[in-house]
Amino acid sequence: MKRYVGRRLLQLIPVFFGATFLIFAMVYALPGDPIAALGGDKGLPPAVRAAIEREYHLDQPLLIQYLYYLKGIFTFDFGMTFSGRPVVEVMADAFPWTLKLALMAIVFESVFGILFGVFAGLRRGGVFDSTVLVLSLFLIAIPVFVIGFLLQFIIGVKLGWLPVTVDQSMSFKSMLMPAIVLGAVSFAYILRLTRTEVAENATADYVRTATAKGLSRPKVVVRHILRNSLIPVITFIGADLGALMGGAIVTEGIFNIPGVGGTMYKAIFQGEAATVVSFTTILVLVYIFTSLIVDLLYAALDPRIRYE
Amino acid sequence: MRKKIFAVLVAAGALVFALSLAACSPAGGGASSGAGAASGDATSGGGVVLAYNTEPQTNLIPSMVNEVGGGNILELIFEGLTRYDVDGSTKLAIAESITTTDDGKTWNVKIKEGKKFSDGSPLTVQNFVDAWNWGANPENGALSGEFFMAIEGYPEVDEEGNLVGTFDGLSGLEVVSDTEFNITLNEADPEFDKQLGYSAFYPLPTGSLDSPEALEAQGTKPVSNGPYVLQAWDHNEKIELVPNPEYDGDIPAKNAGLTFKMYTDDSAAYNDLLAGNLDVLDSIPADAMSTFKDDLGERAINQDGAVYQFFTIPYYLEHFADDEEGRLRRQAISMAFDRQEICDTLFNGTRTPATDFVAAVIPGHSDSIAGNEVLQYNPEKAKELWAQANAISDWGNSTFKIAYNADSSAHKEWVEAVLNQVGQTLEISAEPEAYAQFSELRNDATNGTMKSALRGGWQADYPSAYNFMGPIYRLNAGANDSRYNNPEFEKVLLEARSQQDEAARTEGYAKAQEILMRDLPAIPLWGQNALGGYSEHVDNVVVNWKTVPVYQDIVKK
Repeated sequence: MKRYVGRRLLQLIPVFFGATFLIFAMVYALPGDPIAALGGDKGLPPAVRAAIEREYHLDQPLLIQYLYYLKGIFTFDFGMTFSGRPVVEVMADAFPWTLKLALMAIVFESVFGILFGVFAGLRRGGVFDSTVLVLSLFLIAIPVFVIGFLLQFIIGVKLGWLPVTVDQSMSFKSMLMPAIVLGAVSFAYILRLTRTEVAENATADYVRTATAKGLSRPKVVVRHILRNSLIPVITFIGADLGALMGGAIVTEGIFNIPGVGGTMYKAIFQGEAATVVSFTTILVLVYIFTSLIVDLLYAALDPRIRYE
Repeated sequence: MRKKIFAVLVAAGALVFALSLAACSPAGGGASSGAGAASGDATSGGGVVLAYNTEPQTNLIPSMVNEVGGGNILELIFEGLTRYDVDGSTKLAIAESITTTDDGKTWNVKIKEGKKFSDGSPLTVQNFVDAWNWGANPENGALSGEFFMAIEGYPEVDEEGNLVGTFDGLSGLEVVSDTEFNITLNEADPEFDKQLGYSAFYPLPTGSLDSPEALEAQGTKPVSNGPYVLQAWDHNEKIELVPNPEYDGDIPAKNAGLTFKMYTDDSAAYNDLLAGNLDVLDSIPADAMSTFKDDLGERAINQDGAVYQFFTIPYYLEHFADDEEGRLRRQAISMAFDRQEICDTLFNGTRTPATDFVAAVIPGHSDSIAGNEVLQYNPEKAKELWAQANAISDWGNSTFKIAYNADSSAHKEWVEAVLNQVGQTLEISAEPEAYAQFSELRNDATNGTMKSALRGGWQADYPSAYNFMGPIYRLNAGANDSRYNNPEFEKVLLEARSQQDEAARTEGYAKAQEILMRDLPAIPLWGQNALGGYSEHVDNVVVNWKTVPVYQDIVKK
């Protein structure tokens, strides 16, 4: 077990270098001239332009620029944005928002997805099952910005039940609607996944055996059916955390959340390699850690799985 | 038993949901209480106005800022030698007098005594001179540094953009005393005083430029001399301004403060405005263009603005050279589409067709420039001119293209609409040319490597007709994308600018515009109206010549 975790952690090193270099090269290869964009329609005096290029090493070849960046990282200096803010500060601003949003979305989609999924799976074909199936189909089919704008307009603007956009204190109240919108699609997937698994396991031999042994129904459902049904669901949730953290651009835009998605989107357009690479690196690390935790959870859920 | 587990599960689910709803019940009071809640501590004073803004892209050092997010804040916390009134007229602010004796080559500036920064330190002319010298030094990378290019001693660079020699200050700035200094320009400019109200020319407090740390502190929490002072800046979230106790100028704050909420998307801001969580919004999202007048009623703002749009056909393109053929084709294209129709249908009347080369709110704008019929839709005449041009050199199967940047959603539709009409009228093929990014488009435009016409826009930095012509149509101007080169125009323009008398100057600018009407180095399209709206909680929202609300005059009800 320890060796397994150690080996997985060692894998981080090549992934780190690979990811940072690839992304650095991609930002470098982006068309357009980031410094020209700073000047707008008017353009910059050539001397100012040259000074800025030197400051950000943009006059150097790709490899040298990358080495400068790496050198910075090992001294915990993630570089500067073109607006002169340290990237570390930008990350410290953006990540708490996204983390809170993603966690709230994950809790929402897991709790309700599994709950509804179990209920629907045990009563396959029933009224509840049919209703949530149709509902989840809607959620999957409708683009997230439609759900977002609709909820925002009806619940926020017309009814005034929840704030239209988030407030600076990151209050639960103001983050609730964005979290639900962000988690809506995954909620539908988790629901369907759980439902199918539960329905299938409910007729499995070991469940019949457990019932025959005289175990109470709640014990059978929670210990036997649910435990086995959760393995694919956990995989999905783990992968989803990574996706929710980096891919919340649309939701962030609608509810004016200054999070990771929007910051990266802007940085990509401005060709700010330092920002893009730093953010992506963190996201890659988050992704690797969550998948490690998911793999370890497998062993906890299914005793047959062991890691050497 | 079997039923019970589900009952428990469902009950648990219901409880979680009920709790989450209960947690948000305080907002159930409706829109009006939502406003109080959203502003939180900021409204404890009662009269703080909540306004829309975008995150400043640079630190708040005046010569560093070149975009509206930072500009909006700077203009409220600083005051320059001059300032602009609502209608765009220039008024003396810090300056007691600004005079020239030789048609604008040298200027003498005297400033009012007893002016102070927000920390109580005295404001002297040295604060201006130091700030300008810093902005002019290319090593500092000031994005608005070009404003100092007019002053004598602006550093020279070689072809690679490297400094020739060293730079130790603009030689054209000469301090006479604490309250007086002289400015010498490279070339006479009788309107130089008009520029001095622009944010790049604001003063900086003593010591703020001495070290990178001091500069950083000044840029993030400025000590300033305007009607407001910055109290807090939470990046990407909000900027709080409170009235500056040391301010004794002509435009004092009439509210208890301004809190600018940062938005990345004006749709979110618009919904906040509708729900009463935002007081002033100086922008309307594209998806609300057709409904905002109904949504907001008399609280909607839709009036002439300072943003002016056009497209440019570079002279280096085939068939569009600086000759008779090029001129005929430019005129034909300009008359081949209906500006009014596009403004009405595509933009729901939020734009106004251009009648000249200057935005409608700028002094010197005119709808009676001789030759302005080339801006009128006239398909017969367009066809006729196009045929004349074909007689000189056949157009053949070429395609007429206009390039736009697709990273903004604002351009695709009108480019297509214009090209459709041009194609139909002239019976040629016409297609849009999309650039993924603005910077790519600028790169090709600046390097003179465009393969098509391109869109352009211009917003006034200072209220002068010259600002809409000099920087775009003069030979070596930074934004001369068409590579227009007409010594006659240049002579008329400079002559006009050198007129001391306002009326004579306006007349001169009209003459310069007549030449542009004939040559069409850019094809005028329309002016973008100032759009916006405000909530029921505020009063006295007026939009100035620059289409920015006069924030200091807004009062909270």
